[in-house]
This record gives sequence, C-alpha cells and structure tokens, in this order.
Amino acid sequence: MSAISELSTLKRRKGPMTAAEKKANGRDNKAAYIFLLPWLVGLVAITVGPMLMSLYLSFTDYNLLQPPEWVGLDNFIRMFADARLHNSLGVTFTYVFVGVPLQLGVALLIALVLDKGLRGLPFYRSVFYLPSLLGGSVAVAILWKQIFGTTGLVNQALAMFGIQGPGWISDPSTALGSIVLLHVWTFGAPMIIFLAGLRQIPVMYYEAAKVDGASTLQQFWRITLPMLSPIIFFNLVLQIIGSFQSFTQAFIVSGGNGGPSDSTMFFTLYLYQKGFGQFDMGYASAMAWFLLVIIGVFTAINFIAAKYWVFYDD
Amino acid sequence: MTTKLETLPAPDKKTAGPGKPTNHRKPTKRRESRGTLAFSRAARTKALIKHGILILAGGLMIYPLLWMVVSSLRANELIFREPGLWLNSLEMSNYTDGWSALTHPFGHYMLNSAIVVIGSILGNLISCSMAAYAFARLQFTGKKLFFGIMLLTIMLPFHVVIVPQYILFSQIGWVNTFWPLIVPKLLATDAFFVFLMVQFIRGIPKDLDEAARIDGAGHPRIFLRVILPLMVPALATTTIFTFIWTWNDFFGALIYLTDPDMFTVPVALRAFVDSQSATSWGSLFAMSIVSLLPVFLVFLFGQRFLIKGIATTGIK
Repeated sequence: MSAISELSTLKRRKGPMTAAEKKANGRDNKAAYIFLLPWLVGLVAITVGPMLMSLYLSFTDYNLLQPPEWVGLDNFIRMFADARLHNSLGVTFTYVFVGVPLQLGVALLIALVLDKGLRGLPFYRSVFYLPSLLGGSVAVAILWKQIFGTTGLVNQALAMFGIQGPGWISDPSTALGSIVLLHVWTFGAPMIIFLAGLRQIPVMYYEAAKVDGASTLQQFWRITLPMLSPIIFFNLVLQIIGSFQSFTQAFIVSGGNGGPSDSTMFFTLYLYQKGFGQFDMGYASAMAWFLLVIIGVFTAINFIAAKYWVFYDD
Repeated sequence: MTTKLETLPAPDKKTAGPGKPTNHRKPTKRRESRGTLAFSRAARTKALIKHGILILAGGLMIYPLLWMVVSSLRANELIFREPGLWLNSLEMSNYTDGWSALTHPFGHYMLNSAIVVIGSILGNLISCSMAAYAFARLQFTGKKLFFGIMLLTIMLPFHVVIVPQYILFSQIGWVNTFWPLIVPKLLATDAFFVFLMVQFIRGIPKDLDEAARIDGAGHPRIFLRVILPLMVPALATTTIFTFIWTWNDFFGALIYLTDPDMFTVPVALRAFVDSQSATSWGSLFAMSIVSLLPVFLVFLFGQRFLIKGIATTGIK
C-alpha cells in the first residue's frame, strides 16, 4: 500500500467500529500519545505552527528587523503584477510538464525491458538507479554545468563530428532544457517502483492473452498498462509534487541567479531570492502559499482524473 | 481502462477446462521440441540485441560520472580537450589542491556533514519508529485523523514552512548551528519514514506482541523487545535514505549555515565553485568525487535494502 492509495482509501474505511475496536478504544490512549509525542511536537512546532505563521506573514510586510506590518492583500496583488514571478511560473511549469512525462516514460520503458527475465538484472538496475541517488547533489549539478558548458563534454563530442555546439547553459533557449535532461537522467527511482509493480502482475493474464492470440502491443495496452496504472499514478503524483519543488540543480547550474535572462529562474529559486536574498519575508510567504495551492490543485486534479484511468483489481 | 480490461477474456475460464490440457499436450510438446531450437536462436539474438541496447543506454547514463572521475585525475588544460576516458598520466594534484582550496581543509566540511548526518539518522530512527508503533499497533482517539494528517505531510512542500521555520530558529539563536538541520528529524517530520515503518510493522504477526502482552509486557517493552528487533530491514532502509538525503541536502544548509566554519559538504562545494569559477575544473571535480564517495559507498553496501525500501513504498 502506498501513501497515496492509502490516502484515497482512508475515507472508505469509515464503517462502524468492531466490538474489539470499541473495547480497545481508549485503553491505549496514554501509551499511544507518549509514543506519538515527538511526532506531535514536530507537527505543531515544525509543520502546522509555521504553516499558520506563514499564512499570517503572507498578509504582512516583514524584513526580519522590524515587526511584521499588516498590508492585507498587497503581496498577492504584487504577485499579479510581478513579471519575473510569471516568468518563473512558466519555467517551473515547463520543467514539470516536460520533465515528468519524459522521466516517467523512460523509467517505464527501461523497466519493461528489464522485467523480461533478463540476465544481469541486478547490474543493469544498479547502473540505471545510481544517477537518481546522486542527481540531487551539488557535485552532479557542478558536473552538469561543465557538461553543457561552452567547452564542455557535449560540445567536445560534437566537435569530433565537426559541429560547433552552442553554449547550452549560457543560451536562454537551451539552458532549461539541460536541467530537464538532468531530471530525466535521474529516472532510476521511479524505474524501480515500476519494476516492483510489473512483478505484481499475475503471469496467467499474459498466458491467457497469448492463448487468445493477443500481440505484444495488445498485451501491453490491455494488461500491463491497466494493471500498472496505480503505480503510474503513484509515481506521477510524487514526481509532480517533487518537481515543483526543484531547487538545487537550477541554483548551481545558473550560479544562483536563475540566468541566463531568467530562463532557469524556478519558482522556488525566485522564492529563495525574495525571502533569503532580499529578506522580503512577507512576499516569500505569499509565494510559498501560492505554491502550496498550485501543488494542491494539481494533486487534486490527479486524484479526480485517477478515477477514470487508474484500475484497482481488489 | 476498466472497460478495456473487462473485454479481456477471463483467463482461468478458458484455459482451465478439465481434459482440455491433456488433449493438447501431445501436439504442443512435439512442436515445442522442434520449436525450441529455432526459438532459442531467435531468442538469443533478441537477448543479444537487448543487452546491446541496455549496455549502450547504461553506458550513456554512467558516462558523465566516469568522465568526471577521469577528469579529476587530469591536468586542467586537458579536461577541455578530452571527451574520452583515456588517461595518459595520473594527476593527483587536483585532489591535494582541492582539499586545501577553501579556508578549512575539505575534511572539516565532511566532519560537519557527518555530524548532521549522524544526528539526523538517530533522530529519524528513534522518533519515526515510535510514531509508527503507535499508528500500527495502538488504538487511540483521533488515530484516523492523525494518520491522515501524517500522510498529507509527506506531500507538503517544505517551502510553505521554511520562512517561519527560519524565523523561529533564528530567534532562538540556532542559525549557524546544526540544530535546525537535526531537531526536525528528532521530531519525526520526515513522515515518509513513519509511513514506511507503519507498513512494515503491519506485516509483523500480531500474535507476537499479544503473546508478550499475556506475559505481562507493557507497550515500551513490546516496542523495544519485540517490534524493534523485527523491523531491522525498515530501520536499515531509513538509515540509508536518511544518510543519502541528508548528505546531499543543499537547501537547508544554504539557509541555516552561513558561517564557513559550519559549512557542510554541499555548501562548501558551492563556495568552491564561486571562489574558483571555471579556472580549476580539475580540483572542483576532485572534491566533487570526494563528496560523492560516501553516497556511492552507502549505495554499494546498502543496495539490497535501498531497492527493497523504494519498491515497497510503491506497491499499492
């Protein structure tokens, strides 16, 4: 059970308590809250408290030095008129809508190839998984900066064919693309989840389909894809949420300024600049809540759409 | 999708007719014996092609990393001329130069990172396993509500809390200490691990703790003596993931650690980039390799757990 399917079944379990549950209810309260104490303190002090605080701050002007000053909807109105913010939204959306499907597509493709009883599976799995462990590190972002630099690895390789490559990272039209590519490169984690999902599909379905003369492609569309749909959904939701929050790669590759000409200015990078560069904490809080709403809306759309394409066989 | 699957013939009804298999066995067997030869040759070519494609794709995946390793052993001026992996001479100076390029030797930053990592691992292990025990085994008022909230916090973007968290930690004077990076872990804010452990504990037979309870053990004892020893794989997964994520964590360290004395490896590397710009890719790569080495080693030794851990979270 993944967190996501758990969440969608949570409301279904509202049925009446069994007698045993009723009897047990209340008996463990004290012990339970003691065990939960660290988590509860964290929930209040590190999560919910700060959330409410940031909601309050989003209606204020606050620079850490003077006390917050109530400005009503000013920050949100400023956001409406802020062209750099609109640009950063565009950059982030492009990153999410291009990067996530590409990454998941590659992950599924490789998982399908690896699933078919192949020799040396552990080796291949490791090779494809390793980049996703390292991908979030500053070291790899530095490497990427060189690979797509003017004299970088890509252009050295192109030069062997007599092609003069552009300065991928210094050119606004290709800079974001190179970061999207970095994201696609880290397809290992969803790939492993796909692999585990493929293992769960009963072989007899395929055997039956073969008896009926279904082609490989038909088997993929009619068996693999529907049976895998909960896992595709899981990966999709998590990747979208995660990608909206991408930061490190853009920060390092662009040298912290989202350049060239704001082409890699992710929403989170702009938020960081506003909050921790200019100490415009009220505005940064408003942006953070805006991001929460965006992610919430996308997750909700995902859950609603899931009813039409995610297939649970239980 | 559902309708498509419904049009699919129900598998067992058609194949499992009694008597049918015996009728078909003879001819199929004969065809099989003749077919396997042709089949195996075709299969072998197919497998060969597949391996070829996979090796090519895998090579492409790993190439940048290998190239970085090789480049870290090259003289600076060669890095910009050599896309290949061939090394004519070993240039160790990149490592010695890089190691001492910042105010402190690089080992200082690794030690800082190690402190944060160890603190975070201990925090996650203790607090997440406790919360998981309550969610998986105890009945209490508000359980469903809290469980739902816990699941939601997994998906909560941290940007929504980072500004007030920063204000909070700066007001109690914790900026430029490791506390802002460790204390949240002590309070089980990495709910992902709570969930992972809940799932794991649910798989442990309840008879075990009921037997312990009949023997007079209370919850602390059941937790410590029965559940914890049985959930070692989940604890190992948590340890490994916490190690890698904390070691790589850039955002938190960037915000809270501004004093070079306190830099962890990622912020130190970033400072390195800023101070050297493009002049010394060699030593930059050398220190990048050094910074990736612990993650790589953890990957190497913890692979089994890593893959199990990541896979079980995806199973519906």
